[in-house]
Amino acid sequence: MRKIYLKTIKVTAFLLAVNYSNISFAQLNLTNLSNLNVGEVHGNFQADAQYYIPDSTIGADPAPEKMLMNGFANIIYTKGKFSAGIRYESYLNARQGFDSRYQGNGIPYRFATYKADELEVTVGNFYQQFGNGFILRSYEDRGLGFDNALDGIRLKYEPVKGIYLTGLTGKQRSFMTQGPGIVRGFDGEIQMNETFKKFADKNLILTLGGSFVSRYQKDEDQTLVLPENVGASAGRFKISRNNFSINGEYATKINDPNAANNYVYKAGEAIFLATNYAKKGFALSLSASRTDNMNFRSDRTASVNNLLINYTPALNKQHTYNLLSFYPYASQPNGEFQFSSEVNWKIIKKSEHKLDITFNYSGSNDLDTMRLNPTTDSTLQGYEANSYFMGKKVLLRDCYFEVNQKFGKKFKMSVIYSYQEYNNKFLKGASDAGSVTIYSHIAVVDMTYKIKSSRAIRAELQHLATKQDKQNWAYALVEYTINSNWFVAVLDQYNYGNTHKDGNGNYDKRTHYYNFSAGYNKNANRITLSYGKQRAGIFCVGGICRQVPASNGITLSITSSF
Amino acid sequence: MKKIIIGLFALSIFTNTIKAQNTEGRAIPAADLKTVEGKTVNSSKFTNDGKPIIISFWATWCKPCKKELDAISENFEEWQKETGVKLIAISIDDSRSSGKVGTDAKSHGWDYEIYIDQNQDFKRAMNVNNVPHTFIINGKGEIVWQHNSYAEGDEDHLYEALKKITKGE
Repeated sequence: MRKIYLKTIKVTAFLLAVNYSNISFAQLNLTNLSNLNVGEVHGNFQADAQYYIPDSTIGADPAPEKMLMNGFANIIYTKGKFSAGIRYESYLNARQGFDSRYQGNGIPYRFATYKADELEVTVGNFYQQFGNGFILRSYEDRGLGFDNALDGIRLKYEPVKGIYLTGLTGKQRSFMTQGPGIVRGFDGEIQMNETFKKFADKNLILTLGGSFVSRYQKDEDQTLVLPENVGASAGRFKISRNNFSINGEYATKINDPNAANNYVYKAGEAIFLATNYAKKGFALSLSASRTDNMNFRSDRTASVNNLLINYTPALNKQHTYNLLSFYPYASQPNGEFQFSSEVNWKIIKKSEHKLDITFNYSGSNDLDTMRLNPTTDSTLQGYEANSYFMGKKVLLRDCYFEVNQKFGKKFKMSVIYSYQEYNNKFLKGASDAGSVTIYSHIAVVDMTYKIKSSRAIRAELQHLATKQDKQNWAYALVEYTINSNWFVAVLDQYNYGNTHKDGNGNYDKRTHYYNFSAGYNKNANRITLSYGKQRAGIFCVGGICRQVPASNGITLSITSSF
Repeated sequence: MKKIIIGLFALSIFTNTIKAQNTEGRAIPAADLKTVEGKTVNSSKFTNDGKPIIISFWATWCKPCKKELDAISENFEEWQKETGVKLIAISIDDSRSSGKVGTDAKSHGWDYEIYIDQNQDFKRAMNVNNVPHTFIINGKGEIVWQHNSYAEGDEDHLYEALKKITKGE
């Protein structure tokens, strides 16, 4: 026994000694190493752990594991023109709300890149977007569990100043595995002012681009003859002159029967146009798009957000306040006509009484199409367009008005009003037994009072009024920033207007969704701990939406960059 | 017991390495970005003639980011006079909202260089988890300071750090 004890002391002493010498060794070494230029290692890290407590009042299911933890770390090595990296990911098991196909540990992302001046070569995983993404976008949003990274080879080349060429081939990530299809793509862009001397000093800045993407997937269908190679192409332009700019893109895809479009053989197309005018203190922007049958995936049987090759952006205002995004819109690649307009105006520029307003009106309709009679539709086109304009069915309307005002150095306030029309049946699926369209009025007041240099208190009051769905909601949040490192917050979301009654005639669905959180921040590290209930629903961040279940419990999140 | 000690030992080496790494400024990694007008610029070409640069990651839908950039904007002339600093604001908006980056920046009246990191290549290369995330690059082009998130008054800390870095501390 004594022997073991002594041995432990010895080992400890030895390791401590090594470690102490190691500190100076490591530092010395690194200074020397950086002088020698052996390269640099850096990365970032995130971990989220959640402990679940079942709650029948909000329908939160128990997690059999009780505690679930997801995390990842990126580690990148750089030396001069060379860089290489990996991402280690861990899902033990996937947290509620994430796809359960995220399971186990692994290194699903690794790459090596060499960049000489005009040439860049990447092998392994990479993310790439052509133009606005209508025919290709591989992208990640770790918070939402979205990742369709390509795994293959990518070349970028600038043969002449202002001409950018990109070629790639790869397979797409599908959770912890890869999809069956092969994606090939090419993109060319020319920046006229850089390439041609004639344009060099012009006020008019003109950029043109074109791209082609093709997917190969074997046809194993017993009844239909499916195209194995599906090609899509797109062309785009952007013109800027002084305060004015306009950009547009047109994309088309050959027949591509897939699960998402009900195996119709119609070709797909998308058109997008945006223009804006901006000067100091005032801006106006307008945009519109028409998307028809543009669901493009590297597996024709994939669904929801899995194995998407392209991206069709939603144009409506992106909301971050809780009740404003209560009924969130997701773009409809199968068919939609969208429009958006926005005015930003800074009325008082003087910093202590600054006043600015934003007005946005945006919306979306279905397309004006006619279903073809299956008995005469010999080529399985499915439907045809009556006109190029929008259909009669309203999918979304959002009329939004925001005022931001500062009152002296210490107090500022934002007031928002929004009227929304939301086609619940179309956007959430026919299985939803609720109202076809939900009409809601939402008001938000956000106030910040700066007590002293780094100490502030912020309060948010929100209200959603609707006669449909779950009726009225109220929301209140108070956030106290103690100093630049610490904050605490408490919020409650209350479904006070719910008219649902139990057998005894009592209102049984007037639930409080409360949440307490505290956080610590220093440099590039952040730790937050929260306890409370989460409402079930669709949550949209960064243009992607996902369904999250009701949950109740404790969540710990850690993020760090180094 | 032995395992725990070895574990702690490994962890302390790891944290030591991170600390050492943090004090060693690294160069700005290379990624292609777009200007608001649509031109392509590589981040490795960022320079301010031997004076410091602030790089701030933001998005049009990120309220704390805009609060931070507004707060800096109020005193930016003084900061520039004192330190010669330049601010580069990197928007991570995707094509859904990237068209509004230029209009947003102009209507806020920011005197910053604005770039769009449409598919987040630069964000990944700089190891940014969430926005806002702010960096200071010293006159030698090395990343020497960073901070994630924004709370009221954080701009004062940023300015203090900036002054120290300008003095070469």
